[in-house]
Parts: sequence; C-alpha cells; structure tokens
Amino acid sequence: MKPEPFLINVDQAVLGDLEQRLRRTHWTNGPRDDTWDFGTSPEYLRDFLRYWQNQFDWRKAEAYLNQFSQFKAELAGARIHFIHEKAHGQARLPLLLLHGWPDSFYRYYKVIPRLVAPGAIGGDPRDAFDVVVPSLPGFGFTGPVRHGSPKQPNRQSAQLLWQLMTDVLGYRKFAVAGGDGGGALAQILAIEHPESVVGIHLTDLGWHVTNVDPKTCSKAEQKYLEGAKKAFMADGAYAMVQATTPHSLAPALTDSPSGLAAWILDRFHSWSDSGGEIEKSFSKDELLTNIMIYWVTGTIGSSIETYRADTLSPSLTPSDHVDVPVGLALFPRDMSGIPPREFAERTLNVQHWTEMPRGSHFPALEEPEAYATDITAFFRKLAA
Amino acid sequence: MSVEPFEVKISDAVLADLRERLASARLPEAKEGAGWDSGTSPEFLRRLVQHWQTGFDWRAQEAAINRFCHFRTPVGGLEIHFIHERGHGSAPLPLILTHGYPDSFLRFSKLIPLLTDPGAHGGDPSDAFDVVVPSLPGFGFSAQPASDGTTFQIGDLWHALMTKALGYERFGAHGGDWGSTVTEHLARSHAASVIGIHLTDVPFWHTFQKPSDLSLAEEKQLAASNDFMTKQGAYAMIQGTRPLTLAQGLMDSPVGLAAWLVEKFQSLSDCNGDVETRFSLDELLTNIMVYWTTGTIGSAFLPYYDFTQAGAMRWILETAKGWIGHSHVPTGIALFAKDSTHAPREWAERFFNVQRYTELPRGGHFGAFEEPELLAEDLRAFFRPLRAGESARSPS
Repeated sequence: MKPEPFLINVDQAVLGDLEQRLRRTHWTNGPRDDTWDFGTSPEYLRDFLRYWQNQFDWRKAEAYLNQFSQFKAELAGARIHFIHEKAHGQARLPLLLLHGWPDSFYRYYKVIPRLVAPGAIGGDPRDAFDVVVPSLPGFGFTGPVRHGSPKQPNRQSAQLLWQLMTDVLGYRKFAVAGGDGGGALAQILAIEHPESVVGIHLTDLGWHVTNVDPKTCSKAEQKYLEGAKKAFMADGAYAMVQATTPHSLAPALTDSPSGLAAWILDRFHSWSDSGGEIEKSFSKDELLTNIMIYWVTGTIGSSIETYRADTLSPSLTPSDHVDVPVGLALFPRDMSGIPPREFAERTLNVQHWTEMPRGSHFPALEEPEAYATDITAFFRKLAA
Repeated sequence: MSVEPFEVKISDAVLADLRERLASARLPEAKEGAGWDSGTSPEFLRRLVQHWQTGFDWRAQEAAINRFCHFRTPVGGLEIHFIHERGHGSAPLPLILTHGYPDSFLRFSKLIPLLTDPGAHGGDPSDAFDVVVPSLPGFGFSAQPASDGTTFQIGDLWHALMTKALGYERFGAHGGDWGSTVTEHLARSHAASVIGIHLTDVPFWHTFQKPSDLSLAEEKQLAASNDFMTKQGAYAMIQGTRPLTLAQGLMDSPVGLAAWLVEKFQSLSDCNGDVETRFSLDELLTNIMVYWTTGTIGSAFLPYYDFTQAGAMRWILETAKGWIGHSHVPTGIALFAKDSTHAPREWAERFFNVQRYTELPRGGHFGAFEEPELLAEDLRAFFRPLRAGESARSPS
C-alpha cells in the first residue's frame, strides 16, 4: 500500500512518433480560417502546431512537472498517480484537489505553491495545507481504471480517492476542492464519507442539478436553467458526443495530435475569460503541456468514456444532498454564468459564497490568486 | 457551360501516405465486448482497419467507379461532379438523384443500372431513366463551397445543372437524407421544371414547426424524432455547432474518419446490429475513401452548420418559398422499414402533393444501397403515370 515515488519520463520513441505525425498533418479548412465560429480556428491551429513542432520543449515541461513530488499508489487494481506536497510548517488540513475534463492534474500547478507555502508569498503561514492532486481514474498518468461493475462509476472512482487519502496517506479528515468533473467527485466524497470530509470547495454545482423539475423553481432559477440549456445547445455538443458515442470519436483523437489539440483547444477557448483571445488566459506552453498529458498517456479515449459511463449509470441526481459545509467560488464567464444562491442551496449546504469579478471554467489556471485565496478563506472559517 | 468528362484517379502519393498512416495508427485501448453501444465497436474498427491494409484494393474499386460516365462542370461558380448515365428505352425520363451524409454518390451505385436499363433487370424498358447523380457541394469530387449558407442554394444549382448544362427541360428528382431536403428545395423553387419528386424521408427540419392539429400518428412520429435526437443526435449537434473542432482529427486520421462514419452505417441501416449483412467491408471502405482522398469531411459538415445557424429571416424566406412552390409538384414518399424517421402520410401531406406513399418492408436509412430493387420498383411505379403526362406535353 505504500505509494511509490514517480517521475514523468516519456519514452523518446513517443516523442519521435509525435514529431512525425505533426509533420504530416492534413489540415482541415473552413469557409473562413481566421474565426472560431466553425469550431477551432484553422488559422490559430496551424500557428499552434507550428509552435508545437518547432518551439515547444516537452523535456522542459516534464522537468517542471517533476519538481512536484509525485507518486503512484496501487488501489484495487488501479494505479493512481498523484502529487503530494507537504505544507511548509504546520498544515491546517490536508486538501485534495480534483481536476476535470479536458484538463489534468496540471490544472493546479499555479495554486499548489500558494496553498502549500502561503508564507512565501506574503500570506499567513498558518493557512498552509498538505496538498494532494491525483490524476483522476481514466486520466493522464493514472490511465484507464477497470471498475468492479458499470454501476455508478463516479462513486467507485470517489471511493478510490477516499482510500488514497485515508488508507494510503493516513489522513483521517481532509478537505476537498474542485470543479467540473472534479467538483462532482468532491460532492460524492462528501456524501459518502462525511466522517472524513470536513468541507468541500466548488466552482460549479455540477451538471446533474439541471435535471431538477423546473416547475419547482423560482423565476430566477428558471431563468438560470434556460440560460444553461441555451448554452448547452450552442456549445455542449462535445459533451453529448462523449456521453453517447465516445468510441466513434476516440480513434481520431488518439491517432491525430492535431485532432486532439483542436478538440481540447476549443474548450479552453470557449471556457476562458479572454474575450476570444485564448492566449490572454493560457500560454501555448500551458495549453500544450496539458494536451501532451493526454497525448503521451493515450488517455483521451478513457477520459471521454467517463461521460458515457456516468450517463449510463449516474452517480449524482438532484435528490442527492451534500450535508457537509460547502464553499462556492463562482466565476462569471463559466459555462452558464453564476447561479442564484437558492438554486445552489437545493443540493448543497452552502456556508460560503463568493461571486468573482472575472474568470471562467479553469480558475486555478486563469485566476490562481483569487481562487487560492477563496479556498483558503473558506477552510480557515471551517477550521475556526 | 462546358461539361468535361471526369475520371476518378487518386494519386499514388495519396495512397502511399494513407498506407503509412494506417500502419502507424494509434487506436484507443479496446474494451472487450464493448460492441456498438458507445459508438463504433472497437473490435469491428480493428477488423476494418486490418482489411483496409491487407485486403482492400482501391484501384479495383476506382475502376468499378469509373465504369460509370463521370463529368464535372461549373454550376453557380462551383465545380460539380456528377455521374450521367443514359437510359436504355424509347423515352428515358431524366432523373436527378441526391445523396446525403455520410454517404456519397456511391449511395446510388446499385440503383443506377436498375433505373437506366430496366429491360436488362427483369423490368420494362419503357420505365427507363436518364440518371444524373451529382456529388453535393463540399462532398467527394465536387468543389467545396467558399462560404457557409450554400446548402439552401443546392436546389438552384441542380436546376442549372439539369437545364443549362445538360439541356433537360423537365425532369424528375429523388433523394434521401440531405438529398430529400435538396430535392424539396428544387421542387419548390423550380416547380415548372420538375415532373415529380420522390423522397425516402420527409425532410427533418419540418419537425421544427409544431402545428396544433397533430394526429396521434404525427405526435408519435415527432416524439420518436425527438428521442432520436436525444439519444443519437450528438453527431448532428457537433457537426452543426463546432464542425471544424471535430473535422481536424478526421482529416488527419483515416482510422478516426472510419470510426466516425461507420457508426452511422451500423446504427441507421436495416442490419440487425451486424453492419456486414448490409455492407461489405469493401463497400464501407470505398465510401470512406471518397471522403478521405478528397479531404472533404469538414465541408461535408457544412449542411449541418447551415441548418443549425440559420436565423429567423432564413426560415421566414424558406416558409414563403414553401407556400409558392410546394402545392402542385407530384410527390412520392417511400419509407424503408428501419429508417430513422417514419413520417405518417398526413404529415407528408402537410408539405407535399403526395401521389404515392409506400411503406417498404425492408431497408434502412441507406435504402437505395440496401434494397435497390425495392426502391427502383417504387420509383418506376411513381413516375409511370407522370410519364404519360409528359408525353402529352408538346415538345418545345
């Protein structure tokens, strides 16, 4: 059960093969190449791939990632990859940070130092956390996980994470934070293990709440739901494909680096508070490091399959309620905007509510300071 | 308007590049027993790719394709590819056949000989057709449109192709999938030239309007089409909203393209789950090759984009055209038993002058390919009375 130290070290053959694929890319083109109106802009993508081929240095990115203490732990047949950084000084709490799709453990690279060593950036050293950042089952260096049954796969994934925190790392009580799919897992952990989870910090309510009966909703809630539905119809097709026919999509994204990049970049472009200029929010190196985590591990297929598996056997419904304290940091440009507080209170024990002035779906990357500060404030309140 | 003979001839370089890509394909880890429940069966895809590499002979398929007479001609500023096969009979009726997605002009490869030469296939030579099978703009060997929105103009292009380029004054038209939409547009906007239209589905976009006097059967049909969109409509949604986000991977990866396209042939045909009962691996791959070698998967998504993005003005205009055009062009509807939609007759009659309504006992969404004899028989029967009317018209 003792976790083994882990270093990322991608085989040179994988990088050589990638170089070849990038070199022989067949380009798609649209009626207009310079806009994102038809999906990922072909003009931007060509520029992005030129950078990938000629300037991006994976070994440098790899060395950067390897500055974090990483491990792999064997759990029920799965080998869970995670970062484990100990607090500088006395830790107030252990904090489990959960990423989503299409990001990765790398989502948290900017906030880890802030949370582990707040004293080093002018904060209060007493706010320090022990931080654990796993690659979720199906993702990155954890890779595909064979669950015991197809029943409620996210509940089974959450159970693995609970075992990681308790059995493997020996934490009796811990905090959880996350967004997107990671937020859903945080909710499940809180529901299944209120004895261990002291509180959860979220940046969204989870997609399952949109299934509430609109007849029971207030005017403001109905307006929010209509907006969410409209946003889904306009830009949610990626999720519908992943939830219904992932096996028709995965081969292209597994075989083509440009195809993988187009699919993932479109999400970062849509889900940033960048006014349509993706690199105002994320650098090419950041975008590529994240894409490379999918490419070198070949896990785009198993990552999108989590949508299908959860659709076949959902782990959360609007009748599930999180009883442990919940802190919410809501970013205005996230998918459906900021929900009414009463809507959040249907399923969550909301103890902390922050409406951020800017930011979107990846606040840990886009607004690391505001995000880390809010996590810290919430758990400081809880610990008091 | 110069009509140039055309031959399909893919360069050796394209085939060599394809071989290289297939040999180095990275496929996702295959879950055993996944079947077709979550999209294309990973196990089937492996078999298809293996056949592509070791059994499939493109040059033989190309030779078979080239046994038809192909042409290209500029229509409305776009080079349009089409097959033009003359009928064997005393008075062949000109007929334009329009394919859809994700098929191609090959949808009609089995039907063409039955229509041009019924006498050689146990039919009556007086039922012969002159057959024209174009590739839709952005598909196969036709040029890619320079802008979005052209889907609504294809009916006009077809009219120009048939009258100006080929010199037919009046002609019939048939289609399914996008082909039924194009055929409807053609009849509506150019009713004076169209003898009759024959469709294998009532174009899906009519379901956007919800009349208040629906029959029980119509309500059932609308619910079924809603259910189809929820459970199986993701492809249309992504192709309609973010087409190029998806297209890049399919342009660059032949196995990715195959996985994306083959799913539809399995789920929409009358194959009882086993796609090979309806399409051989060679047939599936030949159709995929039409997309691969021409690099047209992205432009083939444009009709979805055009319909998804069309604004209120477009629909007002389309509705207005409908009032003007629809009422008198005789229409035949032939529904294949396992197609994804089954419009009741009263639904079809809301939009068309329905003269014939047939429920065919077998076949699915690709009925022209799956059951060419059934379709040929229905086309002959539908146009037979209309031919009489044509011969009564004085020749110009």
